[in-house]
Amino acid sequence: MLIFEHSTPGRRGAPQAPRQGADLSDLPAAQLRKHRAALPEVSEMQAVRHYTRLSQKNFSIDTHFYPLGSCTMKYNPRACNSLAMLPGFLARHPLTPDSQSQGFLACMYELQEMLCAATGMAGFSLAPMAGAQGEFAGVAMIGAYHKARGDSARKEILVPDAAHGTNPATATMCGFTVREIPTLDNGDVDIEALQTAVGPQTAGLMLTNPSTLGVFERQIETIAKIIHQAGGLLYYDGANLNAILGKIRPGDMGFDVIHSNLHKTFSTPHGGGGPGSGAVGVSERLKPFLPLPLVSKKAEHYSWVSEKDLPQSIGRLSAFMGNAGVLLRAYIYMRLLGREGMKRVAEFATLNANYMAAEAKRRGFELAIPERRSSHEFIITLKKEARDLHVTAMDFAKRLLDLGYHAPTTYFPLLVPECLLIEPTETEAKEVLDGFMDALQQIREEAKTSPELVTGAPHTLPVKRLDDVRAARQLDLAWKKT
Amino acid sequence: MPFVPHTEDEIKQMLQAIGVSSIDDLFDEIPAHLRIDGLPAVPEGMTEMEVTRLMQKRAAKDANAVCFIGAGAYEHHIPAAVWQITTRGEYYTAYTPYQAEASQGTLQLIYEFQSMMTALTAMDVSNASMYDGASALAEAVLMAVRGNRKSKSRKILIPTSVHPTYRKTTHAIVAGQNIELVEVGYDAGSGTTPLKAFEACAGDDVTAVVIQQPNFFGNLEDVDAITDWAHAKDILVIAVANPLVLAVLQPPGEWGETGVDIACGDGQPLGAPLSSGGPYYGYLCGTQALVRQLPGRIVGRTVDLDGRPGFTLTLQAREQHIRRSKATSNICTNQGLVVTASTIHMAILGPEGLEKTAAACHANTVALVSQLCEIKGVQRAHSAAYFHEAVLQLDAPASEVLDALLARGILGGFNLADDYPELGNAILVCATEMRSADEIKDYVTALDDIMSSVTKPANYAGAV
Repeated sequence: MLIFEHSTPGRRGAPQAPRQGADLSDLPAAQLRKHRAALPEVSEMQAVRHYTRLSQKNFSIDTHFYPLGSCTMKYNPRACNSLAMLPGFLARHPLTPDSQSQGFLACMYELQEMLCAATGMAGFSLAPMAGAQGEFAGVAMIGAYHKARGDSARKEILVPDAAHGTNPATATMCGFTVREIPTLDNGDVDIEALQTAVGPQTAGLMLTNPSTLGVFERQIETIAKIIHQAGGLLYYDGANLNAILGKIRPGDMGFDVIHSNLHKTFSTPHGGGGPGSGAVGVSERLKPFLPLPLVSKKAEHYSWVSEKDLPQSIGRLSAFMGNAGVLLRAYIYMRLLGREGMKRVAEFATLNANYMAAEAKRRGFELAIPERRSSHEFIITLKKEARDLHVTAMDFAKRLLDLGYHAPTTYFPLLVPECLLIEPTETEAKEVLDGFMDALQQIREEAKTSPELVTGAPHTLPVKRLDDVRAARQLDLAWKKT
Repeated sequence: MPFVPHTEDEIKQMLQAIGVSSIDDLFDEIPAHLRIDGLPAVPEGMTEMEVTRLMQKRAAKDANAVCFIGAGAYEHHIPAAVWQITTRGEYYTAYTPYQAEASQGTLQLIYEFQSMMTALTAMDVSNASMYDGASALAEAVLMAVRGNRKSKSRKILIPTSVHPTYRKTTHAIVAGQNIELVEVGYDAGSGTTPLKAFEACAGDDVTAVVIQQPNFFGNLEDVDAITDWAHAKDILVIAVANPLVLAVLQPPGEWGETGVDIACGDGQPLGAPLSSGGPYYGYLCGTQALVRQLPGRIVGRTVDLDGRPGFTLTLQAREQHIRRSKATSNICTNQGLVVTASTIHMAILGPEGLEKTAAACHANTVALVSQLCEIKGVQRAHSAAYFHEAVLQLDAPASEVLDALLARGILGGFNLADDYPELGNAILVCATEMRSADEIKDYVTALDDIMSSVTKPANYAGAV
C-alpha cells in the first residue's frame, strides 16, 4: 500500500507545523497556488509505521551479507553516523564565516591530508559529490591542463573495455571522444593495442586498478610510460581502492589524477543509492585546476580557498561544499582506523576474496581468470551451468536472495559470460563466507534436482521477479489522484 | 584490528585453503618496488571514545549563532521521526536497488518521492534525485539541449538573478559541451528579470531559458509572461524553484498557458539539516515528452510474476551502466538517503504543514525586513514582492556590520559584495519559521545599535 492510500483528507501531524495561519494575502494572487498539492494526509504514527515497514522489505549490510562486486559493501560503523550528526555540525550554515567554522574546517583539512597520504597524491579536493562527479572533475582537469598548455588537439580519452560505464559517460560529458582498449584473457590491458591507440590526440587513459576483473594490472608502469610519452595523463578510477589501501599507492604507480569513492573505501553508507563522495586527488602539475572549494591552513587557522586563490580551477560542482556530512563520516572512519587499520583493510579484503575464490574452485565452480591472484574481488563464470543445467547467473542471483544473501554483481564486467563478481570486503567473518559458498553449492544441486526452485526464484521475498518490460512500456512513474 | 573479525586461527585456515603462507603473499603480483609498508603519514588509530571526545570538541567550536542566512540553504524544523527512521540500517546501509526483489522498501519509497515531487511541481515525471540544486540545474540545461530538437543554437539564457553558485556550477559542468550560457541582467529597481531583458538577449534561436522562483534575491519573477513568451518562440523553459515554497506558490507545471518543460531545485528545505552544505539533493522533474531525456535513476510501478504490484528501476537504457558513452549523464550514485528523509518529512508535514511552514517563513521575513528598514541607514534594495528572503542596503560597510552582528551571536545575512558589487553594501537576509519573535527583535536591536555606532566612510562607493 502506498502512503497516498493511507491518506484521509483533513488528517495532519499537528505539532510539526508552525502555529501561525497560512496568510499570504500580501502576495500577488496570480503568483499563489490555486489548489493544494496532492500530498498524503496521514498522522505521524501512520507515517512512522509505513516507512518502518517499508524498511523491512530491504536487504542491507546491517541485515545481510552483501558481496556486491565493485561496490565495497563493508560495515558502516555507527559512530561515524552519530558523531557526524552532532548538533554543532548539523546546524552549521554553509555560508558561516571561517571564524565560526574552525571545528568543521579542521576535519576537512585533515581529511584532505590523510587522503593525500593514503594515495600518494599532492593535493585533494573534497568537492565532488559521488564517484561519477569525481570522474567528471578528474577528466575536466585533464582537459584544462592540456588547454592551459595550448595543446588543443587532445580530444580523445582511452578507456579499457572492462571499465565502469561511468568512465566513457564521463569522458563524453567533458567533451571528449572515447576509444576503447581491449583487455587480454588474463585480465591485463592489451599493451600492443594501447601502443597503437595513443598519439597526439590522446588526452588521457582512465584505468581502474585492480581492474573490474578483480586482478591487479601488472604492467601499470609500462602503461604509465606509454601514456606519458604520448603526452597524455593517467586517470585512476578509485572504485577498487579498497584492494590496495596501505599496500601500494596510485601516486607511486604514476597516476596523475584519481577519484576516491569515500562511500566504498572509507565506509560511508550507501544509503540506498547515495549520497556518496568522489574526492579527487592530483599530482603537483594538476593542483592549479582542482575543483573548489578547498580548505587551507595558515598558522593554525583554517580557511576556504576560492576562485581568487585558484584562478585556473575547473570551478564549482555544487552550491556549497559537496556532501559535507559524508565527508565527516569518512573522516571519523579514518581516525578510527588510523595507519594500522588502513593497511588491514586491503590485507583482509584480499584474504577474504582469495579464500572465497579458492573455496569456489574446490567446490567445482569455474573462475573467470583462474591463473591469477584475486584482488579484493573475483569472478565466477556460470557458463557451464547455463549450458548444462539451463540456469543463468541471474537465476543464481535471485535464488541467493531466498537463502538470505544479497546477490553479487551480475553481468558485469560485460566481458565475462554469466558472471558473478564477488567482493566480500574485510569486515566479514570466515563463517559468513563459508555459508555463502554452501548456498552457491546448494543452488547448483537444486538446479539439477528441482530447477524450477532456481529459475522461479525468489520465492520468499515480498515480490517475485518483476515485469521489467511492462515497467518500461507502460510507464507508471508517479501516483496520481483518481 | 578495527572492524576486522578474523582470529589468528581463522587466518591460518584461510591461508592454508588458498595455499600461501602469509597474507603478504597475496600481493605478489604487484611489482615489489612499488609496494609500501603501511602509511606512516596517517595518524595512529583512535578508540571510539577518543574520537567521540575529539568530534565533540570540534562540533562545540562551531557554536552556532542565530541564523538569518538563507541563500540556498534554509534552517527548518525537521520532525524527530524523520532521521530516526532514515538512519535505520535497512535504509542507511542498503545499496542502490538493482536487485528489485530485495529492495522493495527503497524502491516504493522512491516511487512515493517521485509522486510527491510531481504533486508539488505539477510536472508529469520526476527522477530519483540529482546531487544538489546547482548540479540539477546543470543537468536540466543538458536535458533541454537534448530535448529541444527545433533549436540548433545550444544557447541558454540565464538571468543573473539566479543563484550565483548555481550559475558557476552549471558553467563548470556544461563547459565541455559547446553550450553557450548567456547571462540576462536583472532590473535594478524591481530586483527581478523582466521579459524585455530576455527579449533583448534572445536573437534568432534560443534553446532554453532558466527562471528561478523566488529568485536569488527572494523576489518573485513574472513567471507566466516569460514562460509564454519562450514557448511562443519554441524555447524550452527550465524552472528553478524552492520546493517548500511551491506548497503555496504557483507550481512550475502551471506557469503560463502550458507550464514549464523542466523543473529543478534543491530539496534541502524538505527535511535535510543545514549540515555545512550537504548532503542535500537535487530534484529534477519534466514533462512526459521529455521523460527519455531525464538523467539519473527512475522507479516505475509494475507487477511481478504473480501479478502483484511491485517497483523496479526503469528506463535504464538512458543510463551509463547500459549506454556507456551515449548515456544521458554519467550520474550513478545519487542522494538516496536524503530522499528517504525528505519523503518521510513530506509525509509527516502533509500539504497543510508545508503550507504553514512556507507561510510562516514569509511572515517572519516580512516582520524582520519591515522592522530592519525602520533603522536609519537600512533600506530594502528592490521593489518587487518577496517571499522569505530580501536584499537590504546599508549605509555602512556590510562586512563590518556582519562582523559586529556575529560578535553578538547573530549570523545577520549573506554579504553580496563578491557576487553583486553593483548593489554596494548589500546583504541578503532570511527568517525561516525557526526564528522566534524574540530572535527577530534581538536582531533589530543589535543592528540599530551597530548602525548608530559604525561611521559611514566619506564617499564610500561600495565594495568593488
